[in-house]
Amino acid sequence: MISFTVNGQARQVDVEADKPLLWVLREDLGIVGPKFGCGVASCGACTVHVDGVPVRSCSLPAGQVAAKTVVTIEGLSLGKLHAVQQAWIEQQVPQCGYCQPGFIMATAALLAAKPKPSDGDIDEVLSNICRCGTYSAIRRAVHRAAAILSGPS
Amino acid sequence: MKFTRRKAIIGGIVGGGLLGVGSWFARERDRLGSRTLFNVKANEAGLSGWIKIARDNSVIVAVPRAEMGQGIQTALAMLAAEEMDARWNQVRVEDPPEDGVYRNVEILIDALPFSPEEAGTVVDTVHWVAEKLGGVLGVLATGGSTATRDAWLPMRTAGAVARDLLVRAASRKAGIPVADLIVSEGEVRRKDGSRVATFGELVDFVGDLSSMPPPPLKKPSEFKLLGKPLPRLDIPAKVMGAATFGIDVRLPGLLYAAVLNAPTFGGSASGFNIKGQLPKGVETVIIVPGGVAAIGSSWWRANKLLKEGVEVKWQPGPEPQLDSAGLWKRYEELLATAEPALTRTLGTENKPAIAQTVEAIYRAPYLAHTTMEPMNCTARAAKSAVEVWMPNQSPTLMRLAAAKAADVPQAQVTVHTTFLGGGFGRRAEVDLVRQAVTCALAMPERPVQVLWSREQDIRHDYYRPMALARWRAELDLSGAAPKLASVAKRKVAQSPADQFGARAAGLPVQGKPEGNAVENPPYAFPFYRLDAVVAEGSVPVGFWRSVGHSHTAFFDESFVDELALALKKDPLVLRRDLLAGKPRHLKVLETAAQAAGWGQPLPAGSGRGIALRASFGSIVAQVAEVAVPDGKTLQVKRVTCAIDCGPVVNPAIVRAQMESGIIYGLSAALYGEITLADGAVEQANFPDYDAVRLADAPVMSVHLVDGGSSFIGGVGEPGTPPIAPAVANAVFAATGKRLRSLPLRLA
Repeated sequence: MISFTVNGQARQVDVEADKPLLWVLREDLGIVGPKFGCGVASCGACTVHVDGVPVRSCSLPAGQVAAKTVVTIEGLSLGKLHAVQQAWIEQQVPQCGYCQPGFIMATAALLAAKPKPSDGDIDEVLSNICRCGTYSAIRRAVHRAAAILSGPS
Repeated sequence: MKFTRRKAIIGGIVGGGLLGVGSWFARERDRLGSRTLFNVKANEAGLSGWIKIARDNSVIVAVPRAEMGQGIQTALAMLAAEEMDARWNQVRVEDPPEDGVYRNVEILIDALPFSPEEAGTVVDTVHWVAEKLGGVLGVLATGGSTATRDAWLPMRTAGAVARDLLVRAASRKAGIPVADLIVSEGEVRRKDGSRVATFGELVDFVGDLSSMPPPPLKKPSEFKLLGKPLPRLDIPAKVMGAATFGIDVRLPGLLYAAVLNAPTFGGSASGFNIKGQLPKGVETVIIVPGGVAAIGSSWWRANKLLKEGVEVKWQPGPEPQLDSAGLWKRYEELLATAEPALTRTLGTENKPAIAQTVEAIYRAPYLAHTTMEPMNCTARAAKSAVEVWMPNQSPTLMRLAAAKAADVPQAQVTVHTTFLGGGFGRRAEVDLVRQAVTCALAMPERPVQVLWSREQDIRHDYYRPMALARWRAELDLSGAAPKLASVAKRKVAQSPADQFGARAAGLPVQGKPEGNAVENPPYAFPFYRLDAVVAEGSVPVGFWRSVGHSHTAFFDESFVDELALALKKDPLVLRRDLLAGKPRHLKVLETAAQAAGWGQPLPAGSGRGIALRASFGSIVAQVAEVAVPDGKTLQVKRVTCAIDCGPVVNPAIVRAQMESGIIYGLSAALYGEITLADGAVEQANFPDYDAVRLADAPVMSVHLVDGGSSFIGGVGEPGTPPIAPAVANAVFAATGKRLRSLPLRLA
């Protein structure tokens, strides 16, 4: 039995300790915002926060999140729309949209650590894959989210 | 030309009374559909098969096309909203039931990938459709960049009818003459602007009113919404993580299935041994078409079992020894000696007295699609009904395949189309629905979600065909300056059109090349000859974003640059000369060149390349700017793109689709290569089949060109073909190295 907090709720799951967090979320907890893309931590579609740190949940054994706090795309907005999601809507980022929860979670973590990221910071941290090629819109939206977070716009 | 000819061929069949449905494709009003068709609920009123209104003032538009990122829900809703003068924030979309009214006529007329010479193929296709669908030409499909083109007239007609009905309903309700009423900003008003009724207030007053013949459509100068970058309808849900893709379908009692496909193409499983006990989370292992599936309450556990705990006895496919080197050798022999399936000449051949030959051979590899959402399909087989939930590009084909797999009549199959996490042509294929229905039959009454790992996706795709081409030109050296006398292209590739028709629909194999791959270049060559050889082979090939244009544009546009070098002309100048009679092409070319600063100096080790390709009714030119700082590392810094797609529905979506097409094509140009060894694909996942990521994405600018055409072109695919040759031409400008093979490698 593994106990952890997901999107503000205490959860307990009876799963093998080596079952990746992604599949615990999707199969055992019905949280399907984090997506399966590669299974080898390459594409980032499965990105969630564990204790505030962005992780590729397809490759993180559930045993390692015991007693920790997990936030998925479903739990990012608490009460009001998160600045990253607001910027994503303003900049009309998604196309197919499948990879976007991963990008949004990676961006939210980036901005929490670095409120005014440079283009170089964005290049380095946002190594996720988007096959629709929304990258230029993503870059615009990251800067816009940083501006929203930095104060009244 | 293609359109006219296809229309004539199909018109001939239909007009001849074979199908007995008259000139359906010419009359938009025949595509309106009945007012009860579109799942009309108690608080709603149907205005046609395409549009209904609800008491809460919503306008609900039917979108029978796959939303795979191309913005089709938004584009179709905009067409309806424009003609009925709805407010954009009152519009939403819903899936209609599967019905022939929602058929994609354009895909049949213009986008079936056969060449215009192939009347027989088109006729066969139409016959097949007629036979399978009981005399109604009604394939629901999304592909060939056709969805907006197809809806351009019928959806606007439905909007105009809706508007007229609302005016009549308001007249009935308020006792005001129709002539005194208008629709404006989503409500019916008197001509002085005072409100008479909201749309919601008219739900009970539409009744038996009729609007026949349909009222005239707006002139482009009257458009209020079309041409504006309205926000997409699908984005809020996608940003909140609330959009349901195929993989997100959750049903009571859902089981998951992982699949291991036969390693060699066309192979199958003849038996298997499970090592030890079935683990917790896996209920059974079964043979499915093309492989084995493990089914249980955990996909992760089922997949792990297949990787580690099952020994499968594989029946190899027809070519278990196939490897890439051997295939290229086979293609080289075909290029040298084979009888072409299609030969075409344009112009008159004149042999110059003093001639110089310019020749080049180009190669393009197999490519996988790698949609972000791995392949999946959910199916449930109850006593006499089969239900399918699937991200797919053709519910009609999925229904046919499901019915066949379950051996039930088509009428007993329902297909629900979810959001698609990318399509790119891969999701027109029926392999997943066959496997899912097979699993569902093994677990009666329980829904089963088949999901492939990324490794299965990359190793069991329907690939963009590998292709080999030889371009040859004769230059006339008798004058003061060399002149172009003739050009000839000979190419070898498999035909995805042939393979797809056979495997998805049981069409006879025609042995004909795929049409996009043999379209004529737009240039006024004095003499042009094409010889297209169709390669046979067991490697499955399919439709990959822009289909045959994807490799043909690389061959053609690289060679135009090689001609420019031989003729001692600037590549832009040569294209300009050869496009003298094509004002739309010319304007696109000039726009891209000018916006890119063509001819302006660049630092050493940098270069610009240009390429142009017309596809799917649109014309696109791109200028790539590359840097090769160390002679080995290729960086694509900037891409300038110009497109003339005729009338623009939503410019933000057109721009996004151009950027999307560029990045998709650039991933292939820089990294994309599927290779074979021992009859199997060598690549497995993103680490060895990579895509362009944010850090490598060029700065892009997109310019919309108005060439005066009133015919609407597609935008989903036309952005892809020019990028590979634009980059290859830029590499030559930067380094003097001519790269004739994809992917582009300097070292």
